[in-house]
Amino acid sequence: MLLALVAAPVWADWALNMPEGVTPISREVFRLHMIILTICALIGVGVFGAMIFSIVKHRKSRGAVAAHFHHSTRIEILWTTIPFLILVAMAIPATVTLLAMEDTIEADMTVKVTGYQWKWKYDYVEDGISFVSSITHPEALELAGIDPLATENFLLDVDNMLVLPLNTKVRFLITSDDVIHSWWVPDFGWKRDAIPGFINDAWTLIDEPGIYRGQCAELCGVGHGFMPIVVAVVEQEEYLAWVEEQAGAAAAVAAEAAREWILEELVAHGEQVYRIQCAVCHQAAGQGISGAFPALAGAPSATGPIEAHIDIVLNGRAGTAMQAFSALLNDTDIAAVITYERNAWGNDMGDAVQPREIAAKR
Amino acid sequence: MSEYQEAIGRDDHQDGPAKGIRRWLFATNHKDIGTLYLVFSLIMFITGGLMAMIIRAELFQPGLQVVDPGFFNSMTTMHALIMVFGAVMPAFVGLANWMIPMMVGAPDMALPRLNNWSFWILPFAFAILLSTLFMEGGGPAAGWTMYPPLMLQTGDALPFVIFSIHLMGMSSIMGAINIIATILNMRAPGLHLMQMPLFVWTWLITAFLLIAVMPVLAGAVTMLLTDGFFGTSFFDAAGGGDPVLFQHIFWFFGHPEVYIMILPAFGVVSEIIPTFSRKPLFGYSTMVYATASIAFLSLIVWAHHMFTVGMPLAGELFFMYATMLIAVPTGVKVFNWVSTMWRGSMTFETPMLFALAFVVLFTIGGFSGVMLAITPADFQYHDTYFVVAHFHYVLVTGSIFAIMAGVYYWLPKWTGHQYPERLGKWHFWLSVIFVNVLFFPQHFLGLAGMPRRIPDYAVQFAEFNMISSIGAFCFGVTQLLFVVVIIRTVIGGKRAQARSWEGARGLEWLLPSPPPYHSFTTPPEIHPDAHPREIAHPAGP
Repeated sequence: MLLALVAAPVWADWALNMPEGVTPISREVFRLHMIILTICALIGVGVFGAMIFSIVKHRKSRGAVAAHFHHSTRIEILWTTIPFLILVAMAIPATVTLLAMEDTIEADMTVKVTGYQWKWKYDYVEDGISFVSSITHPEALELAGIDPLATENFLLDVDNMLVLPLNTKVRFLITSDDVIHSWWVPDFGWKRDAIPGFINDAWTLIDEPGIYRGQCAELCGVGHGFMPIVVAVVEQEEYLAWVEEQAGAAAAVAAEAAREWILEELVAHGEQVYRIQCAVCHQAAGQGISGAFPALAGAPSATGPIEAHIDIVLNGRAGTAMQAFSALLNDTDIAAVITYERNAWGNDMGDAVQPREIAAKR
Repeated sequence: MSEYQEAIGRDDHQDGPAKGIRRWLFATNHKDIGTLYLVFSLIMFITGGLMAMIIRAELFQPGLQVVDPGFFNSMTTMHALIMVFGAVMPAFVGLANWMIPMMVGAPDMALPRLNNWSFWILPFAFAILLSTLFMEGGGPAAGWTMYPPLMLQTGDALPFVIFSIHLMGMSSIMGAINIIATILNMRAPGLHLMQMPLFVWTWLITAFLLIAVMPVLAGAVTMLLTDGFFGTSFFDAAGGGDPVLFQHIFWFFGHPEVYIMILPAFGVVSEIIPTFSRKPLFGYSTMVYATASIAFLSLIVWAHHMFTVGMPLAGELFFMYATMLIAVPTGVKVFNWVSTMWRGSMTFETPMLFALAFVVLFTIGGFSGVMLAITPADFQYHDTYFVVAHFHYVLVTGSIFAIMAGVYYWLPKWTGHQYPERLGKWHFWLSVIFVNVLFFPQHFLGLAGMPRRIPDYAVQFAEFNMISSIGAFCFGVTQLLFVVVIIRTVIGGKRAQARSWEGARGLEWLLPSPPPYHSFTTPPEIHPDAHPREIAHPAGP
């Protein structure tokens, strides 16, 4: 604890207030927040000031003699109507801002956001781009698994960022595949719940380039604090270049899935996938968590028939927390992670599952 | 016969309280049952408090040092369930049991055997709840709000948590019926409703709220049960249901629930401030109407807990306006308390210290509540530590401080001994300082972007988390002083008078300290049309 107190100055961030943010809405929200806060502070000064004055002056030890008054209709009416009017004054700008926030029509582009336990998936509806965004350091979920000070953007870094163009009205369609999550980037000025089976919409227009970080904002299980959101906002030209790159990347992924992989390649790639996607539940050494998540080391699921193993990973296990990864991982990743599981931790099955075998099973 | 002798009544049976454990197991005496509730609530407060210590220990520094994320989530869940249902609510019921019959000149509660069951259900309910921590899959870890689908991922504990909540609900409903029946039927003859102490009024209104909403919670958790085990899909879109439906049902209970936890606190404070100001409560009838307005409004604002679910605009606007409205009657109450102090003749014994701290700090919690009511701003505050700060201000420096104030205020009456004043003051000052060290920085954390219910956080949140945790450890240890005060006062201390405080007024202060096991077996005489403060002492100074 003493060491921690000494080390404290290293962190050095004493932020007191909400960010103004980088969208017109976020700035309106910030202004609204400051107005309400100021009014409350002024009322507080008034009320607490009266209390302090009374505590000092109207005390028995000072010889104060109690008065007998105990009602005044006039003053009660006064301090009922004046607060009511103050509230009306607050409600007007609040209503104006809310109306502005709810207008999602005439968007320039649409991004679908799907929450999973415990990562996000982004689909660019018009451009056909789709990818999963997971925390880069899932070891953070293990006790003493990582050093926060040695990790850049600790808990706020992902492998694949959401990339958006500047000054573009972006419409978000937000949903979930399993439990309720919530998509929140403080700098944008809003959050919206991701509800399984329903689609919520929201819009944003970002007018400052940069990288913006947020987090899931609805309790969604053990990984709730470990599913960050990172958005890179770039100039229009850079964005278009990125879109083209994604198309190229998609082609490359397809090519990789079509070819033959050797065992060592699959195991190496599979270990990376396992670390990010599976270890949070099944743990780094495949030991699972007793009572919650089954072990994979020496388990029938990872040493039994390959067909059954593929089926569990692709389609999940109904009635458990094991989700279907068919939408989250491509053929190569699934083939690799299954191969890794079948060969790691002493399982040593010698099996090499090819990406095209996975494609055949979808 | 002298008024005093009338007050203590004539005991028709000479035995007095039963001996040994039978006295407590089969208690039907409102004083004994009040004691049972209060002792139970103190034990639960310590249990919930230990869970809070675990939470703050993990959040002391970035990184996971103490517990794994799953257990952390079960700690936040259980901490809340225990504090809400095991500490705050039973404490207020305990105060109600002890004081309401004496305050209205009644010999006991209307339904003494129901009263016994209302209490004894609770130890069973909480034993079941706490046992879930040892079950396969661990205790409930979806938050005290239990939202599906996540709640349905709970392991073996799920039916036990639901059963436990049903039991707690039954206890509350039975208790509420008892309180209403007592207040409406057993007041001393001539005691009109608008002459009752405000504590009695706040409990009368709270009891109606309890009866209105506890069954709704029962419905919500039963629907969780059937979704989990009997193939229904109330909260599952695949079957035609909607997870948000649960949120509507839960918060229809949940919002009035928080008013159930604060209205009796208003009542306690409304008893204490006039006593130590030596002046009548300002605006008695307005205080009654304001309490009733708050209770009514509390029933139509529930969706302000759900602003981010994707509600239609009309819904968001309605709930914003209705929620903001609650500030009006609440503000009136605060102004009336200050006006009671104003030009009084105040002394600052421990109950008064806690009551004044309540007024200031609850008001701060109220301000963050007004901020949260503003829907577009709430999109930034929701599910962050700003909300955590808000509700801990209104619940800890609000409800809990009011309970402590009431305990200090009435301990002399209950035990016949004065509590050690210096120790009480130490408890107060350390508590008020550390509770602010603990919770005030959480406002900043929320505004800076720290979400709720996370076992670990990004490094920019480290400073305020460390300060908050230090405040938590010190606040927790300070509560041991409270336990010491209570034990010492029960065991002994300077003799307390019938009217234990110079400025105290009301029927309960007619009785000796401690009161006889059966009091007001003959109802006291009420002076007609007397002001509430003068029903027992018509020409009181």
